[in-house]
Amino acid sequence: MPENCIYIARSSAIAARALAGEMMVMNSADSTFFTLNEVATVIFQAADGHTPLREIVRDRVCEQFDVDSEQAQADAEQFVAELSGHGILLVSNQPLAAEAP
Amino acid sequence: MSLMSEVGQKAFNLGVPLAVHLDVTFRCNERCVHCYLDHDDHGEMTTAEIKDVLDQLAEAGVFFLTLSGGEVFMRRDLFEIVEHARRLMFNVKIKTNAVMIHEKEARRIRELDVDTIQISVYSHRPEVHDAITKLPHSFERTIKAVRFLQEQGLRVTIANVLMTANSADHLGVQKLAAELGVHYTLDPTITPMMDGDTSVLSLRIPGEELPEIFHNPALVGSQEEFCAPPKPPAAEDLEGYSCSAGHSFCYISPYGDVFPCVQFPLPTGNIRQQKFLDIWNLSPQMKEVRSIQAKDLAVCSSCSHLTSCTRCPGLAYMEGSMRGPSTADCEKSFYRTGVPTANMLQQGLAKPRRISGNGAPLIQIRPVAVPA
Repeated sequence: MPENCIYIARSSAIAARALAGEMMVMNSADSTFFTLNEVATVIFQAADGHTPLREIVRDRVCEQFDVDSEQAQADAEQFVAELSGHGILLVSNQPLAAEAP
Repeated sequence: MSLMSEVGQKAFNLGVPLAVHLDVTFRCNERCVHCYLDHDDHGEMTTAEIKDVLDQLAEAGVFFLTLSGGEVFMRRDLFEIVEHARRLMFNVKIKTNAVMIHEKEARRIRELDVDTIQISVYSHRPEVHDAITKLPHSFERTIKAVRFLQEQGLRVTIANVLMTANSADHLGVQKLAAELGVHYTLDPTITPMMDGDTSVLSLRIPGEELPEIFHNPALVGSQEEFCAPPKPPAAEDLEGYSCSAGHSFCYISPYGDVFPCVQFPLPTGNIRQQKFLDIWNLSPQMKEVRSIQAKDLAVCSSCSHLTSCTRCPGLAYMEGSMRGPSTADCEKSFYRTGVPTANMLQQGLAKPRRISGNGAPLIQIRPVAVPA
């Protein structure tokens, strides 16, 4: 496993629902509200805590969208950093257990 | 347009039920003088049935879920229901009198990441509050619960229903909310009983007292803007719709009956007999509600208040026609702006008629504001 392997999981503190292919996400702690575009939605839905981000980008994003893999990885890392900053995603270099409400 | 409004508009256009109000029980530990419910259990849904409803709502695209009653904590399985709802990633709001919330319950609500807890408080004076709820020491218990919830860092809103018995107390409740560090909302709505009994409407505050509320910047924001005379409607305004009821919002009773809104008692189906999405998509009643545009409104289509009025199709329905005027909202528009409505002019009223027992509350608060 590469040293910089990133695992992501959805926080249990959020509310989320897909609306016409885009994900609505709200953090109950501060009611911050986001909508995610299709690519971001794919990453969000795949955030199970034990699939590495690189694998999600390779197997889901690059499979479904016509994107450059390096660019996709960089964008995904930026997206993950942003959402983790808002408490939407949990990030670790170890697999994460799914949070239960 | 804010992101939330954009999403609301998108759901409205797509016919997705973005928000649902689910009453889990009509039973209650209080006996509020103005309550529109009977408090008997006529066969409310079981835990398993409610969980199934929640599964269906998640599948249908519901994001905002309000759990209310009755008193929600009268259900011993409430936390099991909330747990299930949160597992399905709903944004959950709970409406309660909070009398049964202690430290342990407050902690559990926090653990479940409930978005908001809305609590009914009628007065800052315990004797006035308790006289309305008819439950001794309810004020003390409710306020104690607000503190427990606050300590957990939860978002709490005090909902202050105004009626004759507490009409002078809203400033006191507002001050109390500020002291407690919680949000405050005021609701001068008194609704007829579910069986059609309108006697509770005698508790409504007189329309003449509304301007005091409408001119309170702490409640309405910019008074100048809120009370401005209506702008004449444009041609495209006639293509608009009344509100989100039946478009992106609906109400489900503890018995599984589905309605376009809490205040719109038009039965559209029962979830014990049909799938939720079948009712939502196929019910002729839902389709009829959805079809009504401003141009179809018998009187209101020619009213200068058309674009700014909070006309409630549910209240209009209770008055006789879902395409007719809602007198309660006519009064509200008049007392807000001083400009008579088309309905009032048609009836030759220089000012709103004092209505007794016509079945309509004075003001309605719309569930989710989605601009048409």
